[in-house]
Amino acid sequence: MSRSPHEGADGGTACPSLAVIGAGPAGLAAALAAAVRGSRVTLIDAGAQAGGQFYRQPAEELGARRPQALHHQWRTWERLRDGLAAQIAAGRVTHLTDHHVWCVERLEETSGFLVHALHGPAQEEPSVVRADAVVLATGAYEKVLPFPGWTLPGVITAGGAQAMLKGGLVLQGRTAVVAGTGPLLLPVAAGLAAAGAEVAALVESAGAQGVARHARTFAVHPDKLVEGAGYVAELMRRRVRLKARHAVVEAQGDGALEAVSVAALDRDGRVVPGSEHVIACDTLAVGHGLLPHTDLAETLGCRLEGTAVAADDEQRTDVHGVWAAGEATGVGGAALSLAEGHIAGCSAAARLAGREPDPRAWEAAAKSRAKTRKFSTSLDAAFAPRAHWAEQVTDDTVVCRCEDVPASAIREAVGELGATDARTVKLLTRAGMGWCQGRMCGPAVAGLTGCEPVPSRRPFARPVPLGVLARAGEDLPDE
Amino acid sequence: MRAEPGPAYTVTFDGAQVAVLPGQTVAAALWSAGVTAWRTTRGTGEPRGVFCGIGVCFDCLVTVNGRPNQRACLVRAEPGDDIRTQHGTGHEHVVGGEER
Ligand SMILES: Cc1cc2nc3c(=O)[nH]c(=O)nc-3n(C[C@H](O)[C@H](O)[C@H](O)COP(=O)(O)OP(=O)(O)OC[C@H]3O[C@@H](n4cnc5c(N)ncnc54)[C@H](O)[C@@H]3O)c2cc1C
Ligand code: FES
Repeated sequence: MSRSPHEGADGGTACPSLAVIGAGPAGLAAALAAAVRGSRVTLIDAGAQAGGQFYRQPAEELGARRPQALHHQWRTWERLRDGLAAQIAAGRVTHLTDHHVWCVERLEETSGFLVHALHGPAQEEPSVVRADAVVLATGAYEKVLPFPGWTLPGVITAGGAQAMLKGGLVLQGRTAVVAGTGPLLLPVAAGLAAAGAEVAALVESAGAQGVARHARTFAVHPDKLVEGAGYVAELMRRRVRLKARHAVVEAQGDGALEAVSVAALDRDGRVVPGSEHVIACDTLAVGHGLLPHTDLAETLGCRLEGTAVAADDEQRTDVHGVWAAGEATGVGGAALSLAEGHIAGCSAAARLAGREPDPRAWEAAAKSRAKTRKFSTSLDAAFAPRAHWAEQVTDDTVVCRCEDVPASAIREAVGELGATDARTVKLLTRAGMGWCQGRMCGPAVAGLTGCEPVPSRRPFARPVPLGVLARAGEDLPDE
Repeated sequence: MRAEPGPAYTVTFDGAQVAVLPGQTVAAALWSAGVTAWRTTRGTGEPRGVFCGIGVCFDCLVTVNGRPNQRACLVRAEPGDDIRTQHGTGHEHVVGGEER
């Protein structure tokens, strides 16, 4: 098949090569750690710039004067950014931007990997990178459970609002409600407010106690999980109404969002009858937690643990030559991603050079990893999406946004056709068969079916043009 | 946050002029112009725009210079781009997961 000019970041030299997929905190830390320890690194990311979700950067041409106004931990970012520039200048790191990896292929005979990506303005041009080992640092995406009206323009994911703000310096609309559950809602609400939106309410389904405890933890560990502490204070200063143990039960509007209906929840997460009230807004930023990107790992045959890629103390997956770090291995925020990425990079560089790594070399990162993981586990418990969300999902609520599948079709598949698992529901209803390959509706379909969300075994991490597939097919493994 | 961008240029959205700051994605440019929907769904014809903002949901599909199915949240707006509302999803030309 035709190879792109990027082929062989190893450049035919004796230096072992490492492909790091994802240039967020985890991938950047891994790339830098491996490069300074002698590996030749190719850092590959779909974005136009390094940074990932946490350190998402406005396009350079936008000339943002103070992008740090939207960021905490700016100094850590500067260190990563400057480190990357130095390693690129020294020829130890090649950074491929705008490259969407759709498959990592393990080479049986020669050992090593081929990383298949698409680039170009329409992401249709193929590109292949050969590497001796791979670090998967693909991060996570946001989970949103459906409710009536959630497909109206103006309803966006909380992280999406943040991404548009950090990356494009744009806001949609004037009046926003931020809703759902989880620590990400705080920086999103604060970011929108700082950028000039009126944040009419922050609607969190967890109880006030959980949120308060969480706010205190932020005060103690300001650098943990999300860009934290200052935000709570900032929201209070701006008099943003915090409605704990409340949920948005409906988005209303004719062709675009005009208002949301908000209701109080009882201790079990059920709507308190008669408590609904309407808040006018033109933006609803909503999220119910994050889900790891695991497609590339799954195609490689890596074991998953729940919804995340399983990794050992060195951040190795169970597939030889494949490491995983950051939110791909479990959601825990930027600090955890940095620690895991650093460990993965150290371990991979040592093993690629044929040395047994010495864990003492990353003792500090391991400590930080242990602490942050404990912290994020306690947060997970405080911010579980509310039970009984499905009770507000009316029959005509669209569940699969790509294929326009309403809740009634899923209920029919379960109730009348006897489906008991998400896969059968998918075959009967087409829910999850569209462009996003079930990433958006997966948790909702599982919830409405009454089963646990399962990995969806997508063959590719990205939709692939037929022509590219036909050419790549020659050296893809048989399924 | 203040920006001091390079000089703006224009693209068209369904024929109307839209000012773009250099480096903005199609979605950011349309948002700046107050446009929040640029696709209608294949089944019920509902309007859609940005949802995930990071290239995962494919809700923001748009036609750019005659090419359908571009993710507005990822694609940069280039001077003179002809951006059009996309009707339907135009699956035909790509395979994703377990496609037909
Ligand atoms: C939309 C969104 C916004 C967020 N905003 C914030 C915030 O403002 N504050 C906060 O504290 N936390 C935020 N988070 C949480 C965030 O996940 C963590 O803070 C942190 O960024 C995780 O670091 P990571 O390196 O593990 O993953 P990420 O930062 O997500 O980096 C993963 C990188 O991998 C790339 N990638 C993934 N798959 C592929 C592929 N197939 N091909 C090529 N590249 C690929 C992505 O482009 C991305 O750059 C956000 C999360 C999301 C999903
Ligand atoms: S908004 Fe989800 S892919 Fe563009």
